[in-house]
Amino acid sequence: MSIPKVMGTEIEYGITVRNDRDFDPIASCVLLVNAYREEHAGRILWDYDQENPLADARGFQVDGEKYTPNQQENIARNKTLVNGARFYVDHAHPEYSCPEVTNVRDLVIHEKAGERVIEMARHEASALLPPGAQLLIYKNNSDRKGNSYGSHENYLVDRRTSFKQIVEHMMSFLVTRQVYCGAGKVGSENRAQPCEYQITQRADFFETEVALDTMVKRPIINTRDEPHADREKYRRLHVIVGDSNMSEYTIYLRNGATALVLSMIEDGAIKKDLSLRDPVRAIKEISHDPSCRREIAMESGKKLTAVQIQREFLELALQYASSHTLDDVTKDVLAKWQHVLEQLERDPMGLTREIDWVAKKALIESFMERKGLDWESPQVQMLDLQYHDSRADKGLYAMLERQGRMERIVTDAEIITAVTEPPHDTRAYFRGECLKRYPAQVFGVNWDSISFGIGDEPIKRVLMGEPLKGSKAHVEDLLAASPTAADLVKNLRA
Amino acid sequence: MADTTQKQKPKRGGDGEETGTGESGQKLAKKGAELKEEMDALVDEIDEVLEENAEEFVKNYVQRGGE
Repeated sequence: MSIPKVMGTEIEYGITVRNDRDFDPIASCVLLVNAYREEHAGRILWDYDQENPLADARGFQVDGEKYTPNQQENIARNKTLVNGARFYVDHAHPEYSCPEVTNVRDLVIHEKAGERVIEMARHEASALLPPGAQLLIYKNNSDRKGNSYGSHENYLVDRRTSFKQIVEHMMSFLVTRQVYCGAGKVGSENRAQPCEYQITQRADFFETEVALDTMVKRPIINTRDEPHADREKYRRLHVIVGDSNMSEYTIYLRNGATALVLSMIEDGAIKKDLSLRDPVRAIKEISHDPSCRREIAMESGKKLTAVQIQREFLELALQYASSHTLDDVTKDVLAKWQHVLEQLERDPMGLTREIDWVAKKALIESFMERKGLDWESPQVQMLDLQYHDSRADKGLYAMLERQGRMERIVTDAEIITAVTEPPHDTRAYFRGECLKRYPAQVFGVNWDSISFGIGDEPIKRVLMGEPLKGSKAHVEDLLAASPTAADLVKNLRA
Repeated sequence: MADTTQKQKPKRGGDGEETGTGESGQKLAKKGAELKEEMDALVDEIDEVLEENAEEFVKNYVQRGGE
């Protein structure tokens, strides 16, 4: 039985400083994260205690050293925000993990709110640098020199659905969804075949089918088994194969279609064998073909294009919709998925208002034509990067949006609200409200717990293993009856 | 940032082909001219914001590998 697709995204951003010879990415990340001031921004730890990133969903535990910073480092590198998000330093990148949401429309709102947070932090941090130096942030996935950083999606799945089933059905879906999810890239990397322009930022970096690692020999399906929720009931599917997207429509379809397919897997509704002969090869073949006409070898012996394979999933989804009640957002996702696949079949370049890789390609090609440039030109490479610039007045996606050239899914007002307001229908609400109401008493936070330090008493950890518990409906009376953290803990015990 | 009303831009790309001369040919030519103007305006705006030292910037943009 499919369960509500609670979801979230965690996005690593590129960071650089112009005109500063001593630029150190880690120090800049720490500066950035601390430059974003919220009232409560005090000395709250990220609670690494219960984290277990070495558990593999295939049923074993890998040996290795878990990274746990000391207290000072912890506080400097981790901020939990009043909207329930986590804004932190991950190795040498700033990262924003949005709060848990129940539907993809809220996901778009909160991912976009994250971009605002990052830009506000950047603006503040840049002012603290030596004169003439400028901090710059990019929501993309590579530096064109073989270094990649990720945009990860998380989906709540029923634990009773076997991981083997998820792998079997998701593999070809994840390899082919790039035709409407890709963020586009000039050139190729990581020893892949040379090309002028490709559909994704990340395909070149995927080298295995299924594995635990996220930084080297990246797998299309990641087996990390760290649900951050009740382990008996839940699985968190950690998808690392996507690009960082700018277009709201693209983000909406990306998470929306993926969530729908996962629900179908939970309900046993994928009745066709859509396995690919060689997924690692296919993901690059598809990416390197912006015409979307390349045929891919299926395990069955047939050859289908990525769009045709996505069509198969869409047909199954339409059947599923006729026998299951879908909410309005999911119905809308289904309609847009259908529209996009039809247009991709006619001519991908008809989707300049909806899909990142198409919008970027059209923008670059217009510029190239007017200026007589080719795909090797530095300005063309710069356009690729600047599409993802976080500044409202310099980012090229931002420019397209401002000019009304991109389809919107949500409003600016909703995004601005989400910068300081958590979703109301998940445990993110409880987390955000505790930070707003009891900032001085919160000792540590993690996705599935929050700890309070009240006076001289031992630290009290409140467990939040149910992602849907801790919503406004669930806790507003409790919070109203708890003017202090001590009251809260007392009331929770009652 | 204030909420902006959307400017309705014509969709690009083939949703149906017009061929022939006469009135439909004139319409096509006019649409073509409009699109060209639009493209020119777009390129002008890109020009205004594009990083000046593209070659150096792109060369110096190096990241550590992340997840």
